[in-house]
Amino acid sequence: MSDSLIKPRIERPSFSQMIEAKAPLLLVPVLMVIGLFAIGSGSTWLTLTAAGLAMGMMIFIMASGLTVIFGLMDVINFGHGAFISLGAFAGFTILGLLGGWIESPSIALNLGAVLLAVAFAMLVTGLAGYGFERLIVKPVYGQHLKQILVTMGGLVVTQQLIYVIWGPDEIVLARPAAFQGSFVVLGAAIEKYRVLAIVIGLALFVAMRLVLNRTRIGLLVRAGVQNGEMVEALGYPIEKLFLAVFMVGCALAGLGGVMWGMYQETITAHMGAEVMISVFIVVIIGGLGSIEGCFIGAMLVGLLTNYTGFLIPKLALVSTILLMGAVLMWRPQGLYPVVKAH
Amino acid sequence: MIVKLLSGDRPRSKMLSAVLLLILFGLLFAPFLFPGTRSLDTAARICIFIVLVASYDLLLGYTGVVSFAHTMFFGIGAYGTAIALVNMGASYSAIALGTVCGALVAGAFAFVITLFSLRVKAIFFAMMTLAVASAFLVLVSQLSGFTGGEDGLSYRIPREMTPAFKLVKEKVLGVRLNGKLITYYVVFFSSLCLFLVLLRMVNSPFGRVLQAIRENAFRAEAIGYKVVRYRSVATILSAVMAALAGSLMALWLRYTGPATTLSMDIMVDILLMVVIGGMGSMYGAVIGAVLFLLTQSYLQNLLGLLQESLGSLPIVSEVVSPERWLLWLGMLFICSIYWFPKGIVGRLRGT
Repeated sequence: MSDSLIKPRIERPSFSQMIEAKAPLLLVPVLMVIGLFAIGSGSTWLTLTAAGLAMGMMIFIMASGLTVIFGLMDVINFGHGAFISLGAFAGFTILGLLGGWIESPSIALNLGAVLLAVAFAMLVTGLAGYGFERLIVKPVYGQHLKQILVTMGGLVVTQQLIYVIWGPDEIVLARPAAFQGSFVVLGAAIEKYRVLAIVIGLALFVAMRLVLNRTRIGLLVRAGVQNGEMVEALGYPIEKLFLAVFMVGCALAGLGGVMWGMYQETITAHMGAEVMISVFIVVIIGGLGSIEGCFIGAMLVGLLTNYTGFLIPKLALVSTILLMGAVLMWRPQGLYPVVKAH
Repeated sequence: MIVKLLSGDRPRSKMLSAVLLLILFGLLFAPFLFPGTRSLDTAARICIFIVLVASYDLLLGYTGVVSFAHTMFFGIGAYGTAIALVNMGASYSAIALGTVCGALVAGAFAFVITLFSLRVKAIFFAMMTLAVASAFLVLVSQLSGFTGGEDGLSYRIPREMTPAFKLVKEKVLGVRLNGKLITYYVVFFSSLCLFLVLLRMVNSPFGRVLQAIRENAFRAEAIGYKVVRYRSVATILSAVMAALAGSLMALWLRYTGPATTLSMDIMVDILLMVVIGGMGSMYGAVIGAVLFLLTQSYLQNLLGLLQESLGSLPIVSEVVSPERWLLWLGMLFICSIYWFPKGIVGRLRGT
């Protein structure tokens, strides 16, 4: 009997299929190489690449929440930008209170201030996300048109509330002393803060992948992305799960907001809505609902913006739109489309 | 005759008819009823925004497509006229050429966008138009040699349309009959015509198909209508209409800049006007635009009074400060989506 056991035979994918599947991974290095040739100078390229990666990481932090929320519940939050601003304002409030910690040369105090600010910002935006989901998003599940309109309304109201609480003026605040200035590596100046952004972004990406792929919650979220009804039929409260994911997504927007705010050193109530343009482009390029796609998209947008910003400054934002167009011609659903069961 | 002009789309409510008539006559006699530059400016803005909002309603309310690129088309129209006037001098042929070119370019842009994105989900289309419109805004403010950049373009229009030109020496009913008045009536009657054309469009068989697509695109496709084609045509038509409204704006302001035509704030305003007035009805655009623009000017005064009377309470007085009028309209917007999705017009019609 044993020798008649039929082994499942798995076709090895052909070489071209393997390339096709992995091709999006190649895009970032390819773009870097093109950038190197276009710019010509190695040290300038290194500076720009670090800047691009840092910007990409920050956009990734903001976009990841949005894309997971969409993947799970088919809800797109046009008000996501409001959480970015809200996070920035909440974080800056803490940084403002801890003025002494920021100015002191001690790295520990600096880091402590930043961590406290980030924690507070994520707490505030997470809680705000709870209110937003219950009040604004919940009544319009499954109705895309109303969702877009209502979350847009939420954006307007939240922006105005930021004005009410923090006043109409922009807030200017210098970065903590430890993250000012830059290193010199191979003749290229790399800002310290950008390194921090890259580290945090990478850590978040790794953590998200681990949570999604190795934990029970992650399993449920991935199953929910594939087929929410089935998850519910198996007895898991998908609404609660979604609420939790929504809050985490908003908290990530808050984190991104603080980091973006410290990067710019100036924050306004509109900053979130402005960054959202890049966030949307990233999410479209990556494929709605996909973390990996979002990550690659964010790197591409960050790098391209910095390269064209150096080469042809006027076309920085337009070039990302063109990139989006090119990607959509190649893969109409984005780089890594999430396959839905329904 | 009147019913025919309205393309058979009666207001279907006495209250609504009364309000519409009031608005029509108010705008028609605005220079005489409300003398003063500021109120005339508000009246002209109302006329232009009625067309702009109505053309957006063609897309959002009738076809069920959410686009955030409407101000882009509005801006293309305005810049078309503006650039023609700057480069060709103050002549009528410049206005005509600029207007036509603006409309054509807007139509072409809309066509390209639909090619890319109308086949996909509503959400994709909304995000993509938002991204494209923002990029366009940035591009326009940076190509300063062509568009004047952040400062925009100021230009002269034919002398007969400026305040310097006097039609008759004496005042009539206490109002000087000057070129500004002529411009106002050009704006008013052009807007009226464009509005009636839009009304004709949505009540034609074409408009019916659009509504069928809005209600159930799958079913419309099954009956044999090419959904993508209809959506594309609707997008292009609404873009052209928005561009024409933009040309009127350029003519009225004698200035065109990113803030007056392209900014995202205007897009949000349009959205609020459509939804509060009533989606899926051209009259909703009228009510929405009038209400919004009047609120913009006068709710601030009211809030100012309220704030004075509440002066002592810290947060509350901030909430009712005159600058926060958009907060209240935003809340009204959210409420109207939940509780009266047909807007004020739907309320008045009792549906």
